[in-house]
Amino acid sequence: MTGAERVREAIEARNREGRAALIPYFCAWDPDLETTRALLWAAAEAGASVVELGFPFSDPLADGPTIQAATQRALRHRPTLEDFLEFVFRLYAEGYPLPVVVMGYYNPFFRFGIKRFAREARRAGLCGAIIPDLPLEEARPWLSEARKRGLATVLLAAPTTPEARLKRLAEASTGFLYYVSVTGITGARDRLPEDLALRLDLCREVSPVPVAVGFGISKPEQVRLLAPHAEALVVGSALVRIVESEGKRAPERVKRFLSELVSAAER
Amino acid sequence: MLPNRHGKFGPFGGRFVPETLMPALYELEEAYRRFRKDPDFRRELSWYLKEYAGRPTPLYPARRLSEALGGHLKIYLKREDLLHTGAHKINNTLGQVLLARRMGKRRIIAETGAGQHGVATATAAALLGLECVVYMGAKDTVRQAMNVFRMELLGAKVVPVTSGTQTLKDAINEAIRDWVTHVETTFYVIGSVVGPHPYPMMVRDFQSVIGRETRRQILRLEGRLPDMVIACVGGGSNAMGIFYPFVRDQVVKLVGVEAAGEGLDSDRHSATLTVGEPGVLHGMMTYLLQDRVGQIKGAHSIAPGLDYPGVGPEHAFLKECGRAEYVAVDDEEALSAFRLLSETEGIIPALESAHAVAYLAKIADRLPKGAIVVVNLSGRGDKDVAAVKEYLSRKEKR
Repeated sequence: MTGAERVREAIEARNREGRAALIPYFCAWDPDLETTRALLWAAAEAGASVVELGFPFSDPLADGPTIQAATQRALRHRPTLEDFLEFVFRLYAEGYPLPVVVMGYYNPFFRFGIKRFAREARRAGLCGAIIPDLPLEEARPWLSEARKRGLATVLLAAPTTPEARLKRLAEASTGFLYYVSVTGITGARDRLPEDLALRLDLCREVSPVPVAVGFGISKPEQVRLLAPHAEALVVGSALVRIVESEGKRAPERVKRFLSELVSAAER
Repeated sequence: MLPNRHGKFGPFGGRFVPETLMPALYELEEAYRRFRKDPDFRRELSWYLKEYAGRPTPLYPARRLSEALGGHLKIYLKREDLLHTGAHKINNTLGQVLLARRMGKRRIIAETGAGQHGVATATAAALLGLECVVYMGAKDTVRQAMNVFRMELLGAKVVPVTSGTQTLKDAINEAIRDWVTHVETTFYVIGSVVGPHPYPMMVRDFQSVIGRETRRQILRLEGRLPDMVIACVGGGSNAMGIFYPFVRDQVVKLVGVEAAGEGLDSDRHSATLTVGEPGVLHGMMTYLLQDRVGQIKGAHSIAPGLDYPGVGPEHAFLKECGRAEYVAVDDEEALSAFRLLSETEGIIPALESAHAVAYLAKIADRLPKGAIVVVNLSGRGDKDVAAVKEYLSRKEKR
């Protein structure tokens, strides 16, 4: 199976059980790589379906304060993409069950070389990439390299995206379409837009791949509300906040919190 | 015509932004293309530039400076320092804020490093009665406390940015985050020829009034084009503004002067084009100061307005195709030029502009007799005198 197929299959398998899939986000190296590894295993045990693993960048302009702070903690380890891929490779050598996609800003990939990145990502077992500052207009070279290596491409769509454009974004995505719930940056929120369910239904109508919703989701009630309208839900800042306060002891609490969200994801 | 319809100058430029902003960039580009041809908008902008900002600015023959540099050159200074708010920045902010008003946006946001662009934006917003929020690195708000007060006097709200290096690049990140969140109601006034398309093109167009005037003035004064045009480059808006109308005149040598700070090998400089490498930041592909793995490095210069680890994509293109040359002078050289111009012409230049003067002083001996050189004096130095005084007294103690 290619990376893209693994991602789709993981989401669809969960959907067949009558549930939306959960996609937790963690920032690699926050607070250190050993904790990251434990967090990933905790997510698998809690019943997550896909993992979004952040590669830290010095200028995370789509992120709110929580993930910015995580990025700062992670950057102290001077991370490289070589080390990131090595980490993923070892994770799979240990038998890690979930597909992992990287979430990162474009410059480190560009610097590494996207052709080389796609080749080595495939070799390491990484399943795909989400690049939030690479909109469709700039994504062509990456999309074609990713397709060549079977890696999942994930484009983002937003409340400001016109309908005709939604379709083009979905068609360029081979893993899932990532619908950004709010006009804004990442971060836990108490309230989500009122027309969110409608927008998600529209996305699912035009999208040949599963639709995931993310940004601002932090509570079981929100998961319960949204699960019927999306194939998958991404939870980021709410988890990163636990890592921030618990440090190395975070995996246990992350596991409990994620389990709650997983059981709330009934459709 | 560059950029192409994707906002590319060769491989540089583009729109590397979160999806949320893409429709806003299309809306902005469409509005800008419409209004720049609209006679009514053009009249309005020219009126403000003339009656409010003080255009045209003189092209002044700097005879005593010429004497001091050997007496064999004809040196002209393009006096952008005489504009309202003391620098070229107002050319751009008047253009963008007038555009914002026509687009029905009531809220203006901007980033600022040293505070010059923030002041120019707050000025234009006050003039047109729009709400204004300026993001400024927390470190810069301390270093440039007077400019923070100035902006507040002008009715703007200044938000200190505490993320990352707490300087200009982080202020831009924060302004983009604000724009992503309030994109429906808000117009982001970028201060230089940087950012996603259409900003590099639009800011260049608003600033190229500098070059158009210079070209007309030099032809009237000398009956021919200059041999060389020199301008300092941080983000690169004053340089792009004076270069652009000369780009097709191959006889005119275009020289951009970056800040070598404490030396190109010191890791404390802002010489993006001189020693940086291509990458993507703030929505554009361009030359950047970055490490081996693509993390953005901090920049340094004694001139706060040059202190930026990126540069406008059109400069990256002009460098790559060889049309313009980019060089760097260090803090000490800039300071000497700061004094030289003050003593010979009675003009205290901005430390940024002093970099351009410094490069001329450095190469004057090598230029042929009778050569005509135009230096873009992009801003006045009142803002820098306190910092220079402190720098000199610190140096004496060492």
